[in-house]
Parts: sequence; structure tokens; C-alpha cells
Amino acid sequence: MPAYEIEIILNRQLADCLSIPVFITDTTGNLIFYNEPAEEIFGKRFEDTGEMPVEQWSTMFKPVDENGMMLPPEELPLVQTLQNSRPHHKTFWIESLQGKNQKISVTSYPIIGRTGTMSGAVAIFWKSNDE
Amino acid sequence: MKIKLWGVRGSITTTGPDTAYYGGNTSCVDVWEDGCLLVLDGGSGIQKLVVNNEPATKRVDVLLTHLHMDHIQGLGFFKPLFDPSMDVHIWGPASSTRTLHSRLSRYLSPPLFPVLIRDLPCKLTLHEIENSYFEIGPFSIQSSYVIHPGPTVGYRVTGRQSTFAYIPDHEPALGKDGIIKNNRWLSGFDLAAGADLLLHDAQYTGQEYINKKGWGHSSMEDAGLFASMAGVKKVLFTHHDPSRTDISLDKIFTEFQEKASYPFNYQLAREGMEIILDK
Repeated sequence: MPAYEIEIILNRQLADCLSIPVFITDTTGNLIFYNEPAEEIFGKRFEDTGEMPVEQWSTMFKPVDENGMMLPPEELPLVQTLQNSRPHHKTFWIESLQGKNQKISVTSYPIIGRTGTMSGAVAIFWKSNDE
Repeated sequence: MKIKLWGVRGSITTTGPDTAYYGGNTSCVDVWEDGCLLVLDGGSGIQKLVVNNEPATKRVDVLLTHLHMDHIQGLGFFKPLFDPSMDVHIWGPASSTRTLHSRLSRYLSPPLFPVLIRDLPCKLTLHEIENSYFEIGPFSIQSSYVIHPGPTVGYRVTGRQSTFAYIPDHEPALGKDGIIKNNRWLSGFDLAAGADLLLHDAQYTGQEYINKKGWGHSSMEDAGLFASMAGVKKVLFTHHDPSRTDISLDKIFTEFQEKASYPFNYQLAREGMEIILDK
């Protein structure tokens, strides 16, 4: 397996230093890293799961709008970033591990290095205070 | 493949009696095979290369890892650039904002240098590379961006029988807990994997590195770990800190050897060192 591009490696090293939840995917949406704060949201440890295919990890969140209606994948910031290589932001609700809906904001951005080629994407989760 | 080291000092030239053994010239290495010459980096060591080893060929390829001063400062004194019969190719990492010509011109123009690139009499061709594969004569060459401030690549040079990895400026340990012990997450891994010889940055001691994180260089410990993960056969530590005398470098390396144990041969790179690299 070839090594990841340095932009991906440096994003992981940065995420590892941050206190906000960070998820990193490859260009097809496979989850290749999440940091310790993200483990709390995810309810799993990266050390245990390792990398996860998009089909597996994308179903672990249940994103809903303010009326409790499921959000289609194409409305989620990370999915949009993977589709059009642009940053996106959205506030919505996810079902927490305790079964309670939690309001969160997600900011996603593409990882595009000096080659101009997108090598992955990052999603930052912010817990919203105005629940 | 025949390799000669013309400069192994980091950051700034330190020629003098205290550095006469390991040498004070900055990064430059030549690689010969079948009469084809590659020059890796254009530090001050490149000046001696011209004087002592005039190329028989009319083509010279200079592969720059990056454009920090200690890797280009010798270019203005590289004789083939001033020879109208020479075909000189300079390869360097692409930037997302400025061309290689524009960035090289910052140095090769007044007030830093009297001659403009466009006035050089040789036939000059500039090549911008990124994560690239290309061939020059008998050499297959891979370049990849590596962790170091500014656009910086390392090179994997494969000849008919052997592979030489050249990563003189590299900080794979940049991060909270240092090198991630997983090859997929190791900057430069693909360049060095299984190489017969690796020339790698080892500017600092482990203790010094604690206060130099983000400066773009490695400790001897991290260079050793990188080489172990890449499974190389032999390593030369290079980019010696300019503050080191021959005596202090020997002392530091001896202390390092007392603690380190690797399944490969490792040495300090020394100016003038010649290596015949066979399988």
C-alpha cells in the first residue's frame, strides 16, 4: 500500500493535537482517521476500528433536520465537499449515543495539495450550544 | 551506480579546520551510471564537482529537492551553466503560486547575483515536478513531496542494479507524538522503501529536536526509525548541523551508537565519500 500524501499525513498530525472532533476521509469517503474528541461522538476508538469503508461509517450517524426528518446524504457537508471539492458548513441534529438528538455544526473542507489534486477531505464537528 | 558526496552540511557552509573531516559544504551529491550524470541539489558542494569531475557528457541534470539557500547557493558557480555547449536540465518542486523560473530568479538575479537566468549561455531547461516519475538516461526517478517547510521533494533514483533514496531535508516526526508507526502514514516512505542506500536528514540529537520541531529536520533517532520502517539496507546521516565540529559530531554520533541498534549499516555522511552501489 503506498503512503498517503503529506497533506493527509499533516492533517492527521494536526487533528491529533486538537480538542475539537475531526474526521478525515479519502476521496471516496472512506474514513481513514478520527481523533480522540471524535471518538467520543463516534462511540468507537480509532485504535480499535482502524480505517472504515464509507458504507460502514456513514450509517453510524443519523442526521436529521429541525423537524426530525432524515437528511439525505447529499445535504451533508462532507458529502458535498467530496462531490465538488469545496468547503461546506451546515447545522443539523444527530442522534447521540444515548439516543438523544444533539445539535451540531459541521464544517468540511477538501484536502488539495500543491499538485492541485484532491487527496481527501476533513470534517470538523462542533457541538452547538443553543440546543 | 557510483555516488559521490560533495556537500553534507546543513543550513550554511562551515568550511574550516574544525570541519575538515566531515566537510563544510552544503548539500550536493552526484550519481553516475553508464556515463550519465545526475546532480542532486546545488549547495556549495557543487562548485567542487565542476572543478574535479568535469562531465564527459554534454548533458547534466540537476535535481533540486527544494529552493532553500543551502540547496541552491552553488548554482551560480556551476560551470556547465556558463558553457554554451552544455545542455543543462534543472528539476525542482512545483509551487502552487510561482514558477520554478521565478523562484530560482530570486537568487540568480541582482542584487544577490550578477547574472540573470536568461543570460546564462548554456542551453537551459527547467522542469517542474511534483509527485512524479520520470527517466533520465539509465535512471528511473521518483519524486514525492515530503514534510519540510516550503515545496520540498525527495528522490528515489533507480539504476540498472540498485536504488538510492535521497531525502536530505525531512521532518517525518512533525506532530504531537512524532512518527506514526504505520508505513501508510510515513512521509517519504515510498521513496525509501527497500532502498540499497538512503541519505537522510539527521541534523539534531533527540534532545535538540524537542526545541526545533517544525524547523523541517530530523533527529538521528527519527532518521533511524524512518530507515527501519522503510526497510533500507544502508543509511548515511546527512545535513549536519552547522554548529558541529568534527570532534563534536563524532562525540554525538558515538553516544547515539551506544543507544541505537538497527538491522542495517548506518554512518555519518562525509564530504568526498564515494559509494559504489551494487545489488
